[in-house]
Amino acid sequence: MSNDVFVITEHLDGKFSDVSFEMVGKAKELAKALGGQAVAVVVGGGVEANVFASDSTIQVDDAALSQFNPEAYGKVIEALVKEKAPRVVLFGWTVTGMDVAAWLSARLGVPCAAYAKDVRVEGGGVVVSCQAYGGKLTAEVAPEGETAIVACLAGSFPAEAGQGATAAEKIASPVDLSGLKMKFIEMVKPAGGDVDITAQTKLVSVGRGIGGKENIELAEELAAKLGAAVSASRPVVDAGWLPRTRQVGKSGLKVKPKLYLMLGISGAPEHLEGMKSAELIIAINTDKKAPIFNVAHYGATADLFEVAEAMLELL
Amino acid sequence: MNIVVAIKHIPSIADDLPVKGNNVDFDSVDFVLNEWDEHSIEQAVLIKEAVGGTVTVVGVDLIGELDNALHLALAKGADKVVKITADDPAADSHQQAKWLAEAIKGMGADMVFAGVQASNDIDGQIGPMIAAYLDMPYIGGTSAIEVSGNTATVSKEFPGGVGMKYSVTLPFVAGVQSAPKPPRYAPVSKVRQMAQTATIEKVAPTGEASAGLAFKKMAPPVATGHAEMIEGSPKEVAAKIVELLKSKGLA
Ligand SMILES: Cc1cc2nc3c(=O)[nH]c(=O)nc-3n(C[C@H](O)[C@H](O)[C@H](O)COP(=O)(O)OP(=O)(O)OC[C@H]3O[C@@H](n4cnc5c(N)ncnc54)[C@H](O)[C@@H]3O)c2cc1C
Ligand SMILES: Cc1cc2nc3c(=O)[nH]c(=O)nc-3n(C[C@H](O)[C@H](O)[C@H](O)COP(=O)(O)OP(=O)(O)OC[C@H]3O[C@@H](n4cnc5c(N)ncnc54)[C@H](O)[C@@H]3O)c2cc1C
Repeated sequence: MSNDVFVITEHLDGKFSDVSFEMVGKAKELAKALGGQAVAVVVGGGVEANVFASDSTIQVDDAALSQFNPEAYGKVIEALVKEKAPRVVLFGWTVTGMDVAAWLSARLGVPCAAYAKDVRVEGGGVVVSCQAYGGKLTAEVAPEGETAIVACLAGSFPAEAGQGATAAEKIASPVDLSGLKMKFIEMVKPAGGDVDITAQTKLVSVGRGIGGKENIELAEELAAKLGAAVSASRPVVDAGWLPRTRQVGKSGLKVKPKLYLMLGISGAPEHLEGMKSAELIIAINTDKKAPIFNVAHYGATADLFEVAEAMLELL
Repeated sequence: MNIVVAIKHIPSIADDLPVKGNNVDFDSVDFVLNEWDEHSIEQAVLIKEAVGGTVTVVGVDLIGELDNALHLALAKGADKVVKITADDPAADSHQQAKWLAEAIKGMGADMVFAGVQASNDIDGQIGPMIAAYLDMPYIGGTSAIEVSGNTATVSKEFPGGVGMKYSVTLPFVAGVQSAPKPPRYAPVSKVRQMAQTATIEKVAPTGEASAGLAFKKMAPPVATGHAEMIEGSPKEVAAKIVELLKSKGLA
């Protein structure tokens, strides 16, 4: 076993995601406390990987790995972790990290702490703060055993500390990549044409609290009066009340408007990922304990319909 | 096509979540079907409608209250329901995944679906763990799955509306993010009818696995900030918001 901290970095279209840098910064802090090295792991052929402030960077360079493939990435990461036995393996709790972190945990029989907001070393052991129940509770857990997998929420640590120029050591895939059951076919980019919510200075954003498609009109009216566009949380889009292009969050778009007026959105971590750096966040929610009130600048425990109707009269 | 769907009962987060010791006080919360399971049932039924086959829904009965969820699954188009009689509300994801994998092993599944996550997870998701225990590949965050012969074409969501398509040789495990259509509604009368006529197959839990996480503490988050709350009637709230927006040049 080593005291190293591995960071499983993520890239799309040749660009590393912010969470990769955030984790490398965190890994340096953890490695120092544990007496090991912070190692950035890049799985992917043809990616420019000399971008981290890690103590070292390993790049598994194989054309078969140029696009994310959960089966191939899982096998490669499993082989590396088995061989190098790091103390901690950091994943992003993201659409790609979620495919591999818990799988690896079950394969290797080592613990996985997901939804991590913070990781630290206490008395030689690793302690993780995790969000649970849509952000309504926080759990502190101590992974047992020699290796711990920690899957981190994007935006939990500063990215700057992870940016650098450590030269990557390129290695061949440690496992045979022929005979995979899963094959990448193509990337499908979203069709344009609708409002680009990332380009708006003001957004009126609706959540499940809006209740139904017939009520979207109210939000549209309010938005029109404010010179804003309407965006939404995921359930609103999944229900078909608004198109996918309006979705804010982890699997939607990241927005940073001057005004983000939220009607009936609870503030789940996946939604916050997309909007928490908006300049002015105002939340209307009937649940006084809704997690969004820990993030919004202004809030009101009130019925969104009554408030929206009253605002329309005043604007 | 033999599709197995794992569903899960979780504490409703619409409620206050009382904490007892190091965990949620399971005796004083309502349990609901995990939101993403509605989508995985829908995805399975859509495939069955397209190519034929059987949909088996399986759940771990942690608190003796799973039957409702299973009847709902039948009303939505499942053919068969199975419950693993564990009766252990504190079982972690690893343990539940192991029980599920052991129960699923004998079912000859071509595909196993799980919701992409549940709001009460902390040691990762069940889907990828089932895959690891069954030695099948896993793909999560799916938004559409189509099957032709021995191969599935799977769309996986990436941020910003980007999608990636994969071809996957059966069998495999998928973590369903959303079905290609909103989940169908099952009328209460149909659920009630299922409750009266359906048989739920019971299976004893077998196999052991552990999350290996020692819980130190569980509490509402230490808020680093809190919104300044605007008090008053809805009309007063509206007036104060409009005033605020005007003062900032935003209205
Ligand atoms: C992998 C993954 C990716 C995800 N990506 C995203 C994403 O990109 N974006 C996203 O938003 N979610 C995403 N989610 C979903 C996320 O976990 C939450 O389920 C979602 O954000 C909840 O949306 P909501 O707040 O609208 O609904 P809920 O959590 O159901 O909240 C509705 C809120 O409305 C309030 N309310 C109800 N009625 C009224 C009323 N009349 N007046 C005022 N308030 C009212 C309620 O009190 C409640 O707080 C993702 C989930 C997963 C698993
Ligand atoms: C705050 C908190 C405190 C906890 N405290 C403890 C503790 O003290 N001790 C302890 O041992 N554990 C504890 N746990 C662990 C907790 O009980 C499990 O993590 C959780 O129940 C496992 O589900 P998951 O959310 O990981 O499932 P997910 O993998 O997120 O669920 C996704 C999908 O997997 C499938 N699935 C999941 N479970 C089942 C099931 N039972 N039957 C059928 N299908 C299923 C469903 O398709 C479901 O949609 C705690 C968890 C939290 C969040």
